[in-house]
Amino acid sequence: MAKTDIGPPNYKEFLSPLMLENYGKWKHHEILKPGVLVHVSETGAELYTVRAGSGRLVTIDFIRDVCDIADKYCDGYLRFTSRHNIEFLVTDKSKVEPLIEELKTQGLPVGGTGHGITSIVHTQGWVHCHTPATDASGVVKAVMDELFEHFVEMKLPAHLRIALACCLNMCGAVHCSDIAILGIHRVPPAVKHSEMHKCEIPNVLASCPTGAIRNDPANKSVTVNNDRCMYCGNCYTMCPNMPLMNPDNDGISIWVGGKVSNARSGPKFSKLAIPFLPNTPPRWPETVAAIKNIVQVYAKGARKHERLGEWIDRIGWEKFFALTGIPFTDKHIDDFEHAETTFRTTANFKF
Amino acid sequence: MSEFDTPLLDELEKGPWPSFVKDLKRAARKKPAAKDLLRQLEQSYKDKIGHWKHGGIVGVLGYGGGVIGRYSDSPEQFPGVEHFHTMRINQPSGWLYTTKALRTICDIWEKYGSGITNFHGSTGDIILLGTTTDKLQPCFDELSAAGFDLGGSGSDLRTPSCCVGPARCEWASIDSLDLCNDITHTYQDELHRPAWPYKFKIKISGCANDCVASIARADLSIIGTWKDKIRVDAEAVKAYANAGLDIRHEVMYLCPTKCISWNKDSQTLTIDDENCNRCMHCINVMPKALRPGKDTGATILVGAKAPILKGAMLASVIVPFMKLEPPYTELKDLIGKIWEWWDESGRNRERIGELIKRKGMRTFLKDIGLKAVPQMVKEPRSNPYFFWWPEEVVSGKET
Repeated sequence: MAKTDIGPPNYKEFLSPLMLENYGKWKHHEILKPGVLVHVSETGAELYTVRAGSGRLVTIDFIRDVCDIADKYCDGYLRFTSRHNIEFLVTDKSKVEPLIEELKTQGLPVGGTGHGITSIVHTQGWVHCHTPATDASGVVKAVMDELFEHFVEMKLPAHLRIALACCLNMCGAVHCSDIAILGIHRVPPAVKHSEMHKCEIPNVLASCPTGAIRNDPANKSVTVNNDRCMYCGNCYTMCPNMPLMNPDNDGISIWVGGKVSNARSGPKFSKLAIPFLPNTPPRWPETVAAIKNIVQVYAKGARKHERLGEWIDRIGWEKFFALTGIPFTDKHIDDFEHAETTFRTTANFKF
Repeated sequence: MSEFDTPLLDELEKGPWPSFVKDLKRAARKKPAAKDLLRQLEQSYKDKIGHWKHGGIVGVLGYGGGVIGRYSDSPEQFPGVEHFHTMRINQPSGWLYTTKALRTICDIWEKYGSGITNFHGSTGDIILLGTTTDKLQPCFDELSAAGFDLGGSGSDLRTPSCCVGPARCEWASIDSLDLCNDITHTYQDELHRPAWPYKFKIKISGCANDCVASIARADLSIIGTWKDKIRVDAEAVKAYANAGLDIRHEVMYLCPTKCISWNKDSQTLTIDDENCNRCMHCINVMPKALRPGKDTGATILVGAKAPILKGAMLASVIVPFMKLEPPYTELKDLIGKIWEWWDESGRNRERIGELIKRKGMRTFLKDIGLKAVPQMVKEPRSNPYFFWWPEEVVSGKET
């Protein structure tokens, strides 16, 4: 019988001798160029980091390739970032440039640092989720192909963080991103009444977060109060006879202006910019174009160090919609809890 | 016809960003499960819907979570993914690895699974994507023998996560790696056996830049900070100025509390630390010249979450400053009280933030024994509907 509750291995086993010696002694760092950092210790020791983008959805072949590279250039020491980048932790400065060359040869982009765009945090999408409103990896690939220059360069006013969640359950917690790509369903589950007797009805009723599902014992089924359903798919988790995926109505919404860091202004939520874009696999041109437009308008208008949300705070939302050409609709006006806190309660605004 | 008859997915082999399709095809050449995963994904690209069912409880002996059951809705068409379960594996603190450790995981997953992974899942775990029910236990046994353990799922603690911390970052005001490792090991039972109203996430960032997004995502958010002065290297400040940094515009004007002054003539930077709110901006811009102070600890916040159910919430400050040294007794006492309070009053699927909203922050603070301080609020209430505890008023005659 296997040992249980052993927890993860101790991280100290995975620190290079240089990192162990200088643990807690780091003095400062510098971004030498996109994707390359040097951290300098109080002891004078230097640790070089080379950051590369990754698809996140990766095979063991890919991981082994990455391991081969790490063995060759950094004694097998590496880490992953919270945004799914790979960081090679290099002790020997002379190996930095050859490592970068090899990464380029292998098709791994070096970058994702400073005032640019780094890898997109994302969820599973059609590849493995049971309630997705869109794909994840495919949309991310299409968007990153188009914004690639901002990964390998640092020419934006500030950091720009993009995240994607394939439905509003938000495994990816995208709600505080400069740009969030959020899959949305738009219609309640289509109940297969004749099949519902195969499901545990009490579990289905209990699964609905808004209490929108009522028992219908006469028909050994349930009824859905469509006005209360917000399309989370939890009922489908319990019962496959309540599918809510819909090829014509599922799609993507775009949210902007969130941030997590406390630098300058506090963390903030992303706000709705585009309520709906269709699912257009394999390359989602509408979504890619919409995001590129937002990035371009931001890059042109924002001041140095101004995150997308800080830029909008300065110019005002009315200007954001005017500059980006994104139509403002009734969907943009909140009607959930605390909606009134988002209404304009001053006479100060711009035309 | 292309190799796997996936004309739509083949379009995603183009372009400069690493292609997951190219990569999945490598696995598809070796494993029938990976091949059918690719084929089913192509079907989704045609149909514009997913083809997975949840349903069915699967797991390994002694655990209530960590494995997610997943089944194809078209098993006749894609038999290789009829069962395609996920195993969540605890990542080491800071996602630090040696290639030896990674290769061990790869070898085990080659033996028992599809060969497809996520490095990493959104919550931080190593995600092993796709195996069958009969392979779960032997796969776990071998992972365990290699020193790895399962993550959380369902109504339990999720694998705590943290930034790279003192292993590589000069801004870590706490030892985020040690703390993360310590609490992950301390709370193994909570992590592996769901017993709560809902999930609970703990995330630890060494500074207010919050690289693990704890303030947006964690039920308990721990963010490193300091109480004394920002350390200034006056010579390095001058070096930045001489190298062309516009300190007035890029640092002084952007300071949210206007506590920085810059004398261009003498090239001196002065910080009114009493009025600094430790936002990190000036340190971010001038990392060679400015460093966090030495009297370090953490701010503790609670209640962040994504939208399900009452809308997304950011975490709120409950302890402005706590010293965090092993064995972290004060923090663990606080965590124990929070869990007890939540477990007692929380409804099914109610996150701690939502329970605090329902019962009131005032009640929460009183029940867990924290005193109200101004750092907890952006502003005091503006409505007059406030209540007094019975012991605070004179219990007089009934009128």
